Amino acid sequence: MFAATELNQRDKNTQTLFRMGFMLVTALLILPVLLILATLVYKGGSIISAEFLFGDPTNGMREGGIFPALYGTVWLVAVALLVSVPLGVAAAVYLSEYAGDNWFTRVINLAIINLAGVPSIVHALFGVGAFVLFFGIGTSILAASLTLAIMTLPVVIVATRESLQAVPREFREACWNMGATRWQTIRRVVLPNAVSGILTGVILEVSRTTGETAPIMFTGAAFFLPFLPESVFDQTMALSLHLYVITTQVPGVPEALPFGVALVLIGMVLLMNSFSIALRMWLRGRKKW
Amino acid sequence: MNSPARDDYAVHTVMLNLWYGTFQALFDINLDVKKGIITSLIGPSGCGKSTYLRSVNRINERLGYVRTEGTIEVLGKNILDANVEILQVRKQIGMVFQRPNPLPLSIRDNILFGHNIHMRGQKSSKFDREDVVESALRRVLLWDKVKDRLQRKATELSLEEQQKLCIARLLPVKPAVLLMDEPCSALDPKGTEAVEELIWELRGDFTILIVTHNMAQARRASEECIFMLMGKVIEHGATEEVFLTPRQSETADYIEGRYG
Repeated sequence: MFAATELNQRDKNTQTLFRMGFMLVTALLILPVLLILATLVYKGGSIISAEFLFGDPTNGMREGGIFPALYGTVWLVAVALLVSVPLGVAAAVYLSEYAGDNWFTRVINLAIINLAGVPSIVHALFGVGAFVLFFGIGTSILAASLTLAIMTLPVVIVATRESLQAVPREFREACWNMGATRWQTIRRVVLPNAVSGILTGVILEVSRTTGETAPIMFTGAAFFLPFLPESVFDQTMALSLHLYVITTQVPGVPEALPFGVALVLIGMVLLMNSFSIALRMWLRGRKKW
Repeated sequence: MNSPARDDYAVHTVMLNLWYGTFQALFDINLDVKKGIITSLIGPSGCGKSTYLRSVNRINERLGYVRTEGTIEVLGKNILDANVEILQVRKQIGMVFQRPNPLPLSIRDNILFGHNIHMRGQKSSKFDREDVVESALRRVLLWDKVKDRLQRKATELSLEEQQKLCIARLLPVKPAVLLMDEPCSALDPKGTEAVEELIWELRGDFTILIVTHNMAQARRASEECIFMLMGKVIEHGATEEVFLTPRQSETADYIEGRYG
């Protein structure tokens, strides 16, 4: 009695096999990330210095620093966030809290999914057509950021909507039963409990926006500029485009330079992500359920 | 206002019929619920008692496929009238649910939620608010237990305390009627007893209408009792009479446990 049969043993072996298999595959997923980081640090780590981060590019971008590009990327991402977060959150609140399930919302949902699937170069062309030419903004930070914002809107909308829907329905009903309007319910109970989920969307957006090259190269990012942008109507350099330019367009760039730029780019994304993750953890701790 | 006799009623229902889609759940309900007492609604599952309760503050309507005919006068005003503001209905007619549903806020903010929404514009200093919190919590016999942790999450409380809190948060907006849909069914016997005691305490100041599956509860914790069956009111009278000398054979059968 209670002794393992041969069949038990076979089942257990199969179980072990699959567990190890899945673990191995999972471990493989981390490998590329580690390899990329290691390569970047190995090949570009030596060039990172205060001078590199805060200096201007010299000698036809073959030497010197990357400050104008770094500065420009911060601008582009910040303006894109300022546009897409309010828009995306508002749209998600409408879709999740107000709109019913009808043909109108289904069309909008379809549009959001399709928007997420559009290649970034198509967004770029849309940005040129709509913002640069039609609205006459010209190639500028504003036009580039608007293009980035449109591109990342689906991410913000979907993440926000999901986090709104994760707030239990009972909370809303409790509010309504006390005579609160929908908006009071949203503002006092639903949104505060969805903030951490919304931040997840923002993190994803920041990462994607920072790295995108195509949508900005026709709309506002410049090959090289001898001055820093002073307003959103100026053009700017950007890290991602700078990396593209020095690897493909400029001959004789020392090897460490593009790897250094890539390292800074990734470092920036990681830095912003860890900040958002910390913020999210802090907010979760404050959650009241 | 109407004739003096009707002033004694908090809820005056005339020929109320209600349909969920094509299914009729309530048939010609005529009910007068007396002001300031506890009235219990009993009957087997699906008899329409919860449906009736939910009609009195119009939360049934949220389902969207509900159609209602007839009138429900609360304190002399038909709440089914077109010009009635539903937010006011929900404010004046508080509801307590089967499962305690505190908001994901602190204990203090749970109490102040309704107050902040409905008492805006009227001067309310911080001092007033503290008073509101204290008196509401005292009224539900919770103050001494929670006075030192008003900033803690309401969901950390025991179910019994949560249910008391859910009753307490209705009080600051001074509702006239409290509707309770099996308020003790998620609680253990001790919690049930405590909440029942509290409900008994509140009678007089509020008209309380309570749906229950628990016959013993209806008997010990209500002054009048309504027995419903298949969407109709079968019997309505003083609780003792309904239980001891029911006039209808269906009531007697139900009370003796022959169905339900």
